[in-house]
Order: sequence, then structure tokens, then C-alpha cells
Amino acid sequence: MNILQATDIVKEFQGHKALSNVSINVPKGSIFGLLGPNGAGKTTLIRIINQITAPDSGTVTFDGHSLKRDDVFRIGYLPEERGLYKKMKVGEQSMYLAQLKGLSPRDAQNTLKEWFDKFEISGWWNKKVEELSKGMQQKVQFIITVLHQPDLLIFDEPFSGFDPINVNLLKKEILKLRDNGATIIFSTHNMASVEELCDQITLINEAETILEGEIGEVRNKYRSNIITVGVEGSIEGISKNLDKRFELLSTEENGIKKEVRIKIPADSKPNELIQALIPMTEIHSYNELIPSMNDIFIQAVNKASKNGK
Amino acid sequence: MSITSLIVKREYTTRVRKKSFLIMSILGPVLFAAFMIIPAYLATIQDKDVKQVAVIDESFILTSFEEGTSECVIPDTEFLKFKLVEDTELDVLKENFSSTGYYAVLYIPKNILASNKIIVYSDKQPSLDITSHIRSSIEAEIENQKLAANEIENLEEILAKIETSIKVSSIKWTKDGEDKKSNTGLTMGIGYASGFLIYFFVFMFGAQVMRGVLEEKNSRIVEVIISSVKPIQLMMGKIIGIGLVGLTQFLIWVLLTATLVLGAQKLIMPDLVQQSPMEQVTSNELFTEHLPTEGLQGQLPDESAEVDEGAEFVMDILDGLESINPIKIFLAFIFYFLFGYLLYGSMFAVVGAASDTETDTHQFMLPITLPLILGIFVMITTMNNPDGGLAFWFSMIPFTSPIVMMVRMPFGVPMWELLLSGSLLVITFLGMAWVAGKIYRTGILMYGKKVNYKELWKWLKYKN
Repeated sequence: MNILQATDIVKEFQGHKALSNVSINVPKGSIFGLLGPNGAGKTTLIRIINQITAPDSGTVTFDGHSLKRDDVFRIGYLPEERGLYKKMKVGEQSMYLAQLKGLSPRDAQNTLKEWFDKFEISGWWNKKVEELSKGMQQKVQFIITVLHQPDLLIFDEPFSGFDPINVNLLKKEILKLRDNGATIIFSTHNMASVEELCDQITLINEAETILEGEIGEVRNKYRSNIITVGVEGSIEGISKNLDKRFELLSTEENGIKKEVRIKIPADSKPNELIQALIPMTEIHSYNELIPSMNDIFIQAVNKASKNGK
Repeated sequence: MSITSLIVKREYTTRVRKKSFLIMSILGPVLFAAFMIIPAYLATIQDKDVKQVAVIDESFILTSFEEGTSECVIPDTEFLKFKLVEDTELDVLKENFSSTGYYAVLYIPKNILASNKIIVYSDKQPSLDITSHIRSSIEAEIENQKLAANEIENLEEILAKIETSIKVSSIKWTKDGEDKKSNTGLTMGIGYASGFLIYFFVFMFGAQVMRGVLEEKNSRIVEVIISSVKPIQLMMGKIIGIGLVGLTQFLIWVLLTATLVLGAQKLIMPDLVQQSPMEQVTSNELFTEHLPTEGLQGQLPDESAEVDEGAEFVMDILDGLESINPIKIFLAFIFYFLFGYLLYGSMFAVVGAASDTETDTHQFMLPITLPLILGIFVMITTMNNPDGGLAFWFSMIPFTSPIVMMVRMPFGVPMWELLLSGSLLVITFLGMAWVAGKIYRTGILMYGKKVNYKELWKWLKYKN
């Protein structure tokens, strides 16, 4: 079941198309990666989901009904462009923002205390925001986003400004939120964390969806059938005698380490290459090169841009 | 608590707790009170030094010879003494001036009757009091001498008879046929003060709205907030919250100023308070109405004669107040203050939303400052002709009506004009709030973009 379904969203800004017929389906309880280069239209789509702007056409369905004003209380949004009132105290400010999300003062106080303890920042309650470092402010912001226990969480570049230790803390908390039943839309340019966290992705480029699906399937689709083989002995032999079905892409010789990259036909099995190589050389390692999300992102976007032109 | 009232509450409490609010709340009344007290106080402390002025009278017109001694006819005052110098030349006095101890040297030339000129020498700038005392005394003396030269019989009697002093008291005819004494000075004063206060408040608190919007944009909190509330709620919450701050500040000013002025009167000028004509009036009444015993009345005349003039002045003011209807003016002030501020506050919010920095705001300020300053110009004309065409039209146009109508108020404005001007203002505010909301909504999410009026017009036409 999908908690959020955006169908054929079109949004135009005075001659410039921000979204043209974009659809996303976010399954309940998943972590959904909304990816795309800068200016692709991600933020516009997120703003539509948050009812900050309305689409020119298309529908948004939230938890089975068409999106309505009160749904903002069930959504938590951490925008990419985020900040806090600098002159306001941390505690007071958190209370204010929590109440804007519909919490009663008492609930807000209690939940805030819990989260502040969990993040070990209880001592900041009476500090002014301007006294905190960027990373500290980000922590407060994260807490404010998740405080009202929303069913849908939207994180736009949540890890920017955090050190690796805090990134891990945050990842842990995000996974915990998912395990407790929340759905997460995750927008980032950090593809390593996409691989690590996301179940599903949609890649938007120039206002259009160019790639979508379950992350394993996407990566499978982009399999290159390239094998990296670590060998000992002469590389020249391999290049001379290799069967024509296999394409030797590159060789690398670096001290004792010798590596060749070979493309195999899509219908062949790994063992076939091994068998072909055994007579020629000593095999030390054998790895299929699975493209990273980073490669897939670049490939998909480049291909789409080329097609567009 | 509703979302908008949460926003109003935050805008209000954060501002009221600021040091600058506290400082303004104290400084304002201190300044206002100072404006009222200091001139009065200065009037009570006169120069206590006795000053000697040497008089060299070459014309002998201002020298009286009696009983062998000669004296200057210019009358001494308590602190100003005139001494005729006959044996010393002007040059000598000039050389030794500092050692003579004189404050100044008054030189009356031989040909004063022809030239009408005298000269006061001093090493300081003589005060206006001193020069005007000298001038008027000499004028009076010479006029007397010229009159006497005509040898008119019973001159003094005639002069006493023709001496006249006219007081103008104006009475306003109200619709219900009552006569009400009015006081033009007071009317103008109240009109001017309230018009100017509105101008001041609109500018001060309108600019705060703009800075608040800028702060939210620059700190990037705005997108966090509008994912929970509608932009129009955020905008109106801010405008209303700051408006309440303005009202609070105004009330504090009124109360503190009143306290300070009354307190200062008791402290600095206890004499003045004792002689307060108001009290004298009531005490006179008491004496005449309830205690008309001969003995007491016998003691009265001197004192009451002295205070008569003051009492009359205060009675004039009280009568004037009655014709002005202070409650009506107060209510009108609150109304025009609020809606004038709301109208301009919405415009200021737009400017904030369209800019990234305070410097960016300058290009959009003209539509705000122009009508406000125009209002102040028209206000001055209005004081002289409160029912003229210019005053009428500018008290109808919503962008100037808060200032101009407040100036007209104390002079009396027909009810239909008030209602028309008021409704125009409210309607314009609602329209402006709608327009501002549309532009604001787009503007607050725009960063780093050079915005011009054409761009604003585009934003206005965006659907949601």
C-alpha cells in the first residue's frame, strides 16, 4: 500500500517547466529516494507534497484520500534550505515549532525532553541558537522535524553539515523511525547513503522521471557485465589469446598487482570466463563490477540529456 | 490555540522582551516629558546673576536729571542694573572692559532720534531678554517724549482711556444647537501630534515587519514554518503581532509620559503646582460659593488677580477639550493607527519578501515613503484649512487618510466623511493584504534573485 501517490504532476513557472507529468508512488514503511541533479524539480515536488505550492495539474493522494490541509500535521519536512530563529532560545523555539505542528504544549515539552536526552543536548535548552555550531543546529532541526511523530517524513539533504559520527547517529535514527512505521522520502546527492538506506528510488531529470523502481532492480538493470580479474603472470598472453566473445577493456599493472577488466556477453555465465582464463594465467581475484548508484545516476542523466537534445 | 494566534504570540513576546523595546518604552516618555517639562522649567529659573550695564548716553535723551544727580531712565529689573557712565569714554571702557565688571556697555549716539539706532557692546552675546528689555524701554521712553512734545492736555487720561486689549474666544456651533468654546491652539496641537504619531508608528513598526520577514528569509526558517502554516497566516500573524507591540508601546508611552510630567511638576516645580491655576479656579469657586465671608474675601483679591489670566487659559483649554471630544479622537486614533499600520505593514511585508538584504529593500521603498511623506506635507496645509479640498481628498485616500484625517479630527469632521474614509481604508487594507499575500508567498522562497516590479507582477499572477 502506498502512503503517498503523486500522479501526473505538472507545474510550470512562467514559461519554465518545473515538473512535467511526474508521478511517484511511495510505499508505506519504505525509505524512498527522490534523486536528481540540481534544478531537476525535486524541491518543487516536495513543496507540492507539503502544500507549500499547488500543482497546475495532477493529483496527490495521501494515505488513501486526496491531500488536504490537515495532512501537514502528519508530515515532517526537513528542507534543504533550513534554519532557526537565531535570537530565540533553543527550547522555546522548539516548543513553538512543535506547537505549530499541532502538539499541545505539554506533549511538546515531554517529547522534546526525550529527544534532547537521546541526542545528549539537554544542556542547550536555554541557549540561543546563534551560540550553537552549525552541526548542533542541524541536530535541533532534525528533532523538530520528527517530533510530532509524522507518518511521512521528508528529508532534503539531511546529512549536510554533520560530521561522520553524527551522520551515523542520524542514519540509525532514520532507520529506527522507518522500523516504527514511518515512511521516509529522502532527497540527496549523496549516492552512497542512497545505496545504504533506500528501498525505492525515482530519478528526476529536467522535470521528467527518467528512472524508477526498487533499488536492487535498478542496479541490476544497469549491470555492465564487466568483470575485474586480478591475475599473476603475463597480461600480454591474455590480450593475445582471449576468446573473441570476451572484450578486454583495460589492463592495469601496478607493481605486483595486475588487473584486467573484461566485458562478457549478457548471456554468458561467470564460469565461462574463468575457464577461458585458467590456461592463460593465475587468477587471484574475480569480481563482477556492479555499478554504484553514483555511476547509474551519471549514466542515466547523461543519457537523458543526450536524448533530449 | 489556533496557529495564527501562536504566531502572533511569538512575534509579540519576542519583541516585547527585547532590550530595545524596554529602552524605547523608557526613552520615549522621558523625551516627551522633557519636551513638556524643560521649557516650563526653564521659564521658572531665571538668570540669578545681577548684571550691570554701563550706559553712555551722548544724546542725553535717556538721562533724567534730578536733585543734582543724573540717572538712566531705563528701568532696572531684578537682575539687570543700568548705570549711567558720564566720565569715561567708550574707548577707555573698551580697553579695560574685563576689569570694569560690566556685563555690557550700552551706547546711545547723539543722533538717536534720526537714526533710531543704539549699540550694545559686550564680550558675550547679550541674551534676547536683555536686548528686548533695552529696546522696549527706550522705545517707550522716546514715544512718551515725542507725545509730550505735542503738548496735549490730559494726555495720560486719554492714553489710559484708549488702551485696549482684545481677547478672541471662538465658539463652535454644533449640530444639536449647542455652543461650545473651542481652542484653536489646542486643536492644532492635538491634530499635529496625532498625525505625526501615526506617521512615526507606521514607519517604525512597518519597518519591523519588513525586517522580520527578512530575518525569516535569511535564517532560512521560513520553509520550515510554511510546511506547517499557510504563508498568509505567517504574514498576518507577524503583522498583527508587531501591531500589538506598537499599541503596547503607545499605551506605555501615554501612561509613563503622564506619570513623568505630573511627577516632575511636583518635584521640580512645587511652587508651580501650588499656583496651578486649575486649583486656584476651584478654590476661588469654593470661596465665592461656599464661604463668602467678608474676612476671607478681603484677603483674596491680590492673589486671584494674579492667577486670573492663568485660570482663564486653563478654562479655555478645558472648554476646548469639550468641543473636541477626546474620546472620539482617541477611538479614531486607535482606528487610523491600526488600519494605517496594517495597510502599510502589508506593503512592508511584500518588500521584505522580495528582498534578500536590507540594501535590496531600498528599491521598493518609494511606494511606501512617498504617500507617507505626502501625508505629512498635506498635514501642514490641513492645519490652516482643515475643510479645504486638499484636506478632504487626502483624508479620503487610504494611503494618506490616517495622517490627514487625524489632523482634521479635532476641528470636527462630519460623520459621513469619517465613515467613508474609514471604510475606504479597511477595504484598501483587505485588498492590499490579498495582493501582499500572493506576492509574499512566492517571495519568501526566492533566494539570490534580483527582483524588480515586473517580477512582482508575475508573482502576483501565479496560481497558488
